[in-house]
Amino acid sequence: MINLIYLTVLLPLIGFLFNGLFGSRIKNEKVIGIIGSSTVGIAFVVTLLAFFETLGLPVENRSNTVELFTWLNVAGLNIKFAYLVDQLSLTMSLIVTGVGFLIHVYSIGYMHGDKGYWRFFAYLNLFIFAMMNLVLGDNFVVLFLGWEGVGLCSYLLIGFWYDRKFEKGTVPEAAKKAFIVNRIGDFGFLLGMFLIYYTFDSLNFTEVFNKAASFPVSEATFGLIAIFLFIGATGKSAQIPLFVWLPDAMAGPTPVSALIHAATMVTAGVYMVSRAAIIFASAPTVMMVVAVIGLLTALMAATIGLVQNDIKKVLAYSTVSQLGYMFLAAGVGAFSASIFHVMTHAFFKALLFLGAGSVIHGMHEEQNIQRYGGLKKYMPKTYATFFIATLAIAGIPGLSGFFSKDEILWYSYANGGIIFWLIGVITAMMTAFYMFRLLSLTFYGKERFDHHHVHPHESPSVMTVPLMILAFFSAIGGYIGIPEVFSGEHGNQFHNWLEPIYAPAIAKLNSFGFHSHFEEILLMVLSVALALSAIYFAIKIYTQQPDIAEKISARFKKMYNILLNKYYVDEIYEAAVIQPIQKGSEKVLWKFTDNLIIDGAVNGIAKVIYAGSGFIRKIQNGIAQFYAIIMMLGIALVLLWVILSL
Amino acid sequence: MSSIPIEYYLILSAFMFVVGVTGVLIRRNAIVVFMCIELMLNSANLSLVAFSSYLGNPIGQIFVFFVMTVAAAEAAVGLAIIIAVFRNKLTVNIDEINIFKW
Repeated sequence: MINLIYLTVLLPLIGFLFNGLFGSRIKNEKVIGIIGSSTVGIAFVVTLLAFFETLGLPVENRSNTVELFTWLNVAGLNIKFAYLVDQLSLTMSLIVTGVGFLIHVYSIGYMHGDKGYWRFFAYLNLFIFAMMNLVLGDNFVVLFLGWEGVGLCSYLLIGFWYDRKFEKGTVPEAAKKAFIVNRIGDFGFLLGMFLIYYTFDSLNFTEVFNKAASFPVSEATFGLIAIFLFIGATGKSAQIPLFVWLPDAMAGPTPVSALIHAATMVTAGVYMVSRAAIIFASAPTVMMVVAVIGLLTALMAATIGLVQNDIKKVLAYSTVSQLGYMFLAAGVGAFSASIFHVMTHAFFKALLFLGAGSVIHGMHEEQNIQRYGGLKKYMPKTYATFFIATLAIAGIPGLSGFFSKDEILWYSYANGGIIFWLIGVITAMMTAFYMFRLLSLTFYGKERFDHHHVHPHESPSVMTVPLMILAFFSAIGGYIGIPEVFSGEHGNQFHNWLEPIYAPAIAKLNSFGFHSHFEEILLMVLSVALALSAIYFAIKIYTQQPDIAEKISARFKKMYNILLNKYYVDEIYEAAVIQPIQKGSEKVLWKFTDNLIIDGAVNGIAKVIYAGSGFIRKIQNGIAQFYAIIMMLGIALVLLWVILSL
Repeated sequence: MSSIPIEYYLILSAFMFVVGVTGVLIRRNAIVVFMCIELMLNSANLSLVAFSSYLGNPIGQIFVFFVMTVAAAEAAVGLAIIIAVFRNKLTVNIDEINIFKW
């Protein structure tokens, strides 16, 4: 099945072409939905078989390349269209196709009755196609193809309801924002690729990483490459300073938020960093930058998440925050922990978004959590699954989020220091708090919606079954990566599975300091205790005494407003970046350069010629004899010249 | 025959040519202008024949035959054009035929 891995890319493409070309003529929603979902479902099965085949191989043979054709062959540059099937790409492929399939199925129910039903499934399939290219590509160019492809799909799907309003603007504005902010990151990524080719004379992963491990390349070069790649990652994975697009991406339909803006696409940056682990490991300064940016993003987004009232906004900031954790892990050299968190996060965050979608669906498109309340009895299945996901993200022991988050916190302590751990734990505490605030406001307490107009109801089973499957994996997904403190030496299966990928990078990093198991357990207990206390307060405040929340927000009015307005980052960017560019474009580029210089030059030349020819045309008076005289004088002059030069 | 020196021919030829040029430049009647052009052609012919005789080379005379042939054809076409113009404008005064301008 490894050799058939291209099917996982081809099938979604076929689904996209079919639904995209003929979808508008198919009146039956079921046909469209089943085609769209089954292509991804089959892709998942193929990936799963390839995974088991790889698992059966000895460790040193687990990295296989499937070559399809030569894509570019110009001068010294030879780019093959090839897929790299190894531990890392298989892990990512399983997440993409597995979670992707469930979300496709869910969308059959969620998008029911939408006029763009076929368009939605066509875009979703196109997204899976692009994402699979991204994770499977065996060189930077195929990766970049997928990278741009998912950006395009993200744009298309955020702008899916292009005729609607979104917050202060419109949906297309949110889509454009996402696209343009991503372009900034892509620019960095592209520069990184140029520099890689310049330095290593290749763009193939295997060649580049082998050379990176052995070539005598200066740390400055590595640092520059790594920082460029990381700029790309901050764009795609919504890190400081390019995270502003992700909250606005919630303008898209909820399954899109779940698939693209939580589970898969936004983790592309994490994937890329961990794919290029050896390059990052060779530049310790940049590793530090990655870790700090990740940590700050995690903290900042979590604080914003505390006060948001839109159910999807809370989840969006939570996603930004969790992505920050992943970069923190990568930055401290725990690459497998970051991919582990990608996986568990894909489960529980997709589940949270889909659950939120189910709630929104049942509440007639209402997204404000202040107008929910007491939905537990109306939507028991949604509640139960949402509850599991909330426990998982809060890091309650036994659920998937606990294992991955704890591993990240542990490595940030062991490799980064106590400050990293402390901020990480505070963030985790806030995560637990805002998630239980969301849960309480939505499912517990008084019913704050209008009973005459809103009749909450449970979603159909085509939506709830994917929720249950995801809930199952959110609960048990962590057990493949039980930390060594519990499972003994080399007991962490997930780590063992990915270890060969990162071995060269880990070898280059400074070895981890030795810490006793006692320390690890102590920190673990501490973080769990803090999370539990946060949960207790969240439930107490938002279920039993909602007035406390108001009192607190009134007491810290300034702080509250800053958080509510997301630290005014959008406004700062508006004033510091967008306005100067707009003003500059208008004043300098448009009014001065274009209107004055370019138009002036073009029109000026025309005017000079017009005036000149107005004068010259008087010579052409139409009288034949006048011409004859001129001719004669001319001939006489020429003759004179000939004679004189004899 | 050879007693007449070549200069005489050349002076006559030059005189005829100047008459032709002057006619072309100052006369207004298209037919007269046309005749003056013929005069210029024939002055050239005269020089060619004179040189041919002087140098004892027959090529000049052969060339004159070509010139005469072409001149005959040109006369036919030219007169036809003048007639066509006259039918349209009822005049052959070339000052009035000045439509070739912007």
